[in-house]
Amino acid sequence: MYAQMVKTDAARVRSLDEMDPVERAFQERVDAGQKIEPKEWMPEGYRKTLVRQISQHAHSEIVGQLPEGNWITRAPTLERKAILLAKVQDEAGHGLYLYCAAETLGVSRDEMYEQLHSGKAKYSSIFNYPTLTWADIGAIGWLVDGAAIMNQVPLQRCSYGPYSRAMIRICKEESFHQRQGYDALMRMVKGTPAQKAMVQDALNRWWWPSLMMFGPSDDASVHSAQSMAWRIKQNSNDELRQKFVDQTVPQAKYLGLTVPDPDLKWNEEKGGYDFGEPDWEEFFNVIAGNGPCNAERLNARKKAWDDGAWFRDGLTAHANKMADRRTASKIAAE
Amino acid sequence: MELDLKPAVDQSALFAFLVRLGDNALILGHRVSEWCGHSPALEEDIALSNTALDLIGQTQLWLGLAGEIEGQGRSADDLAYLRDGYEFRNILLVERPNGDFGKTLMRQFLFDAWHYLLMKALQNSSERRIAEIAEKAFKEVAYHLERSQDLVIRLGDGTDESHRRMQAALNDLWPYTGELFASDDVEQTLSAAGVIPHPQSLKSGWDEIVSTTLSEATLQKPDDGYMHKGGRRGVHTEHLGFILTEMQFLQRAYPGAVW
Amino acid sequence: MSNEWPLWEVFIRGQHGLNHRHVGSLHAPDAEMAVNNARDVYTRRNEGVSIWVVKSSDITASAPSEKGPLFDPSNSKVYRHPTFFEIPDEVGHM
Repeated sequence: MYAQMVKTDAARVRSLDEMDPVERAFQERVDAGQKIEPKEWMPEGYRKTLVRQISQHAHSEIVGQLPEGNWITRAPTLERKAILLAKVQDEAGHGLYLYCAAETLGVSRDEMYEQLHSGKAKYSSIFNYPTLTWADIGAIGWLVDGAAIMNQVPLQRCSYGPYSRAMIRICKEESFHQRQGYDALMRMVKGTPAQKAMVQDALNRWWWPSLMMFGPSDDASVHSAQSMAWRIKQNSNDELRQKFVDQTVPQAKYLGLTVPDPDLKWNEEKGGYDFGEPDWEEFFNVIAGNGPCNAERLNARKKAWDDGAWFRDGLTAHANKMADRRTASKIAAE
Repeated sequence: MELDLKPAVDQSALFAFLVRLGDNALILGHRVSEWCGHSPALEEDIALSNTALDLIGQTQLWLGLAGEIEGQGRSADDLAYLRDGYEFRNILLVERPNGDFGKTLMRQFLFDAWHYLLMKALQNSSERRIAEIAEKAFKEVAYHLERSQDLVIRLGDGTDESHRRMQAALNDLWPYTGELFASDDVEQTLSAAGVIPHPQSLKSGWDEIVSTTLSEATLQKPDDGYMHKGGRRGVHTEHLGFILTEMQFLQRAYPGAVW
Repeated sequence: MSNEWPLWEVFIRGQHGLNHRHVGSLHAPDAEMAVNNARDVYTRRNEGVSIWVVKSSDITASAPSEKGPLFDPSNSKVYRHPTFFEIPDEVGHM
């Protein structure tokens, strides 16, 4: 997902009986579906986990601008160009909302950037894959946004108020993202054989990385169990992955495409598809920095930040000057 | 009795003018969109993308109308994606490379001040469809100007470094501003018919906006020396070829494909 | 990091005439730019809306709600204590 394998510092999930009264009252509020707000008491682990998860989510949004942004200047029509630009702009907006949500937990945006730029903070593995053709733009909307939506819709009910509210806004704005991707692909598969081949090639490359977005199975993960107890995670990784496959395979069929998984078949008994295992070694390599585009993505972010320092400082200096001048003229008037 | 339905306005002049307007919006929108994901702050990334989106939208309207007037079945996309550089009619200013963020903003400001005055005047065009598009564009462009002007002032009167960079950007771009007010038969014909203002009539308003802004920004207005020109008649800088190579790649590589 | 633009809270009254509503936050060097940024970020340029911005640090908030646990008031202040937020290395594993 946009936040993958978020650690919680928990060794195991404790029961209500084991908690002191303050924490128990907190947990009971979470259990009752109440929202926790910034200045209210919360366990330190809850706060730290949220900072990790929300900032990772935010980093994914702004790094996620890059692979799609690559194609803004190459979009094939004025309308597609405008749609893509609006979508990538939305991602900047979503990053902004999420950084602000994390800031309510006592970490500044600049600190979070610092963690991203130093390589300490992670972002979703998916954005380390290259966008090689225009069909990749459609595939990202369809598959990557589709996978993200699976996770983001339940996150609207997350226990932390600012995160939940950011997700509500994001989900509302993002509703068109998946559709535009699928729409672009529909147009292409109805087009020339070359266009259709381009779409199949995109599916071949994006299918497995999309399944990896949900992260490895976390049924045995204490972090996931703790996050679920805190209601900052709602479903298991396997649960969401299954849902995604079940939703996406018929969409691929509709496009006349072949999903690149020889093990894929309908399982009548479970009412869902059986499918193969993603290459988790590749996943861990991408997470560790060895994906095809890790270096480019990080360098692009760092360059934007470093090259923009004079701009940010210039505006700060001007704001300070104006404030000083106002003070001076006030004093002069007295 | 047969009425003479010959259009009052020279259609080929109208087409030429609309292509100039559309190409300016197209190429500047393209340049500005290159920043998406690379701006110095998220807030600026979003704001600049709004400007690019407005310009792409204006391109669709101006080139769409140009295609209609031409009457040969060319759409806005056909005009944007299937002409070669010598057929493009944008001024050279808008194809200048982005440079640093300050240079991008300076280019935007110099263009916006002119664009604002032009759209304002075009709302009174004797051609209804031009007036309608101008009315929509004017609202957008007024905001572009408000923003680029504000940032030029802040950065000019910011740190020593931001001042230095803005002055360098201004000096570099100034020789490309003369083309904003150039005119040929197209503008002569259309301004005489009340379709457009005469380009020279925008000059004093532009000078005033620019002078006031630069002085507030503590920037030195360069002397009017040699002014580059040529874009309006299809003679461009080398940069345009690369812009088009990128922009037109899919349409050229897959002729006739629908996207 | 000391140069970070301050954080602003954004309130918008839409065209329907309801009260200004908190829509989110953003960073800007001063109030005027915060208004401009709010217009670009939170309204995507809708005309006819009124925007208020206020520096987040200028907001005085009520104490956490009574419906929460009755804990010692000092507990609530622990989050305002700067050292509480120093999380460099551990956050590094995000």
